[in-house]
Amino acid sequence: MDTKLPEFTLPNPVRPAFDTTGHDDHVIVNIGPSHPATHGTVQIIAELDGERVVRTDIHCGYLHRGFEKECESHTWHNLIPYVDRLNYVSALINDFAYCEAVETLAEIEITPRCRHLRTLLSEYSRIVDHLTCVAAGLMELGAMTAFLYLVMIRDYMYEHIADLTGARVTYTYGRIGGLARDLPEGWLARLEGILDQYEMFIGRVHGLMDRNRIFIDRMRNVGVISTADAISYGYTGVILRSTGVPRDLRRDTPYLAYAELDFEVPVGIKGDNYDRYYIRMREMDESVHMIRQLIDTLPAGPISVDNHRFTLPEKHLVYTEIESLINHFKLVMDGPQVPAGDAYAAHESPNGELGFYIVSTGGGIPAKVHVRAPSFVHMGGVHRMLDGYQLADIVPTFGSINMIGGECDR
Amino acid sequence: MGAVLGPLQLRLAPPDYEVTLVHGMPVVRLPSERLLDTVRLLKDEFQFDLFLDVTAVDWLPRQPRFEVVYHFYSTSHFGRIRLKTTVPDADPTVDSLVPLYGSAGFMERECHDMYGIGFRGNADLRPILLYEGFVGHPLRKDYPKLQEQPLVPYRK
Repeated sequence: MDTKLPEFTLPNPVRPAFDTTGHDDHVIVNIGPSHPATHGTVQIIAELDGERVVRTDIHCGYLHRGFEKECESHTWHNLIPYVDRLNYVSALINDFAYCEAVETLAEIEITPRCRHLRTLLSEYSRIVDHLTCVAAGLMELGAMTAFLYLVMIRDYMYEHIADLTGARVTYTYGRIGGLARDLPEGWLARLEGILDQYEMFIGRVHGLMDRNRIFIDRMRNVGVISTADAISYGYTGVILRSTGVPRDLRRDTPYLAYAELDFEVPVGIKGDNYDRYYIRMREMDESVHMIRQLIDTLPAGPISVDNHRFTLPEKHLVYTEIESLINHFKLVMDGPQVPAGDAYAAHESPNGELGFYIVSTGGGIPAKVHVRAPSFVHMGGVHRMLDGYQLADIVPTFGSINMIGGECDR
Repeated sequence: MGAVLGPLQLRLAPPDYEVTLVHGMPVVRLPSERLLDTVRLLKDEFQFDLFLDVTAVDWLPRQPRFEVVYHFYSTSHFGRIRLKTTVPDADPTVDSLVPLYGSAGFMERECHDMYGIGFRGNADLRPILLYEGFVGHPLRKDYPKLQEQPLVPYRK
């Protein structure tokens, strides 16, 4: 049979920073973009001296889907499902950070119950995110049992959040000026049950991993970054804290209900992979502690502000009275009218500072929505943690950075 | 957050600078040629050691067309600041912050990708979220959302 080759050449989508080695014995190896051990769709072009990594060139953007461009042609409310898909492991935190940016611009003060619920769900999401990161990192090192313990708990949490929001991963639960709906009956009781199970299984993971010789050999003194480098490269969140600096937006510039909570900010001592693993484990414990405080102090009252220019009316009113129908129609078709101006809101996401910079020209559709995605900024300095270590160390180091393609590439 | 506002207003005086407080965040408007000096001053005297973000806003058809927006944070006094400078359509170039912050390298590449802003002093402005050979800058307001640039010809 006659097989004819296509008459075009596919250009290389990336231009590597280097294509010759500095030494005759060195080789250039291309890792990714779709490699089972890269924690996300990312390409690493590495120069190797035997098994040692000499220098690396990181290429991201394989999941770029024009998020910011798309935002400029939808109403403010319609963006909530999109922001869910940035960091899809902790989508609720994206929701709340985006809503807070719009609320800052529109000068909306959310209700006490909404503030507490958003805090509670942010911490819940943080546990889910850290569980995913730690579990995947351990699995990549061959720790299958610990992986299964962690994702089992994570699945209880997914199911539980689905009871509240109706979805397992991308929730669309935040609303400008409030939340989509209040807690269902018995939700908090089940939450306490899951937290107890979490504690039991996390104890087993500590027992399996913390003093495991193989684990320590792979993690300790690997992927080290100094505080000065971390700050220079814009690192925030777990990676900055792993270098020993207690910088956490929840403590330093409290937002939502964090000012009322008692919690610790765990820090590392060396800035290596083991510190990042341990900080995530400790932060989950702190989140559990915070959630318990929030359950005890959860105020009663409405979950959304009483502001018909932003909040969607109750569904049964839309069907029964003309004012609510018009209200609903105007909010859906024209979008909430956000005053002209710009605002930046930052939340402490599980990866670091997640910022939304929004610009409005005074209408229902944003002029610009820009995301300061921690994963993207972290990719800019990742060569500092890969260069000089073994090729096999790329796997745990990259896992401990927790690069999320959705928010990195947008 | 507004605690640095008073000292900033004293240090960055008109007519070159305009310092205001917008939704609780100090905002400094400045001419683009003063950018590098000002950022160095903010880093050395006001401890803004974390360069968070750079992006641009396309104000088509207004002139000057582009506004380049910077966000900084201080890990010692936890203040935030936003810097805004404008560049014209004909020469959308500002000084790069690579000499001061490591994080500038990647973030400026993204801004160059999306808006075509040039960063003088950043030697590595290769495409980062887009690919090699992409024509145009997609976040510019005159770039149609539905424009396609297929790398592989469509099947007939």
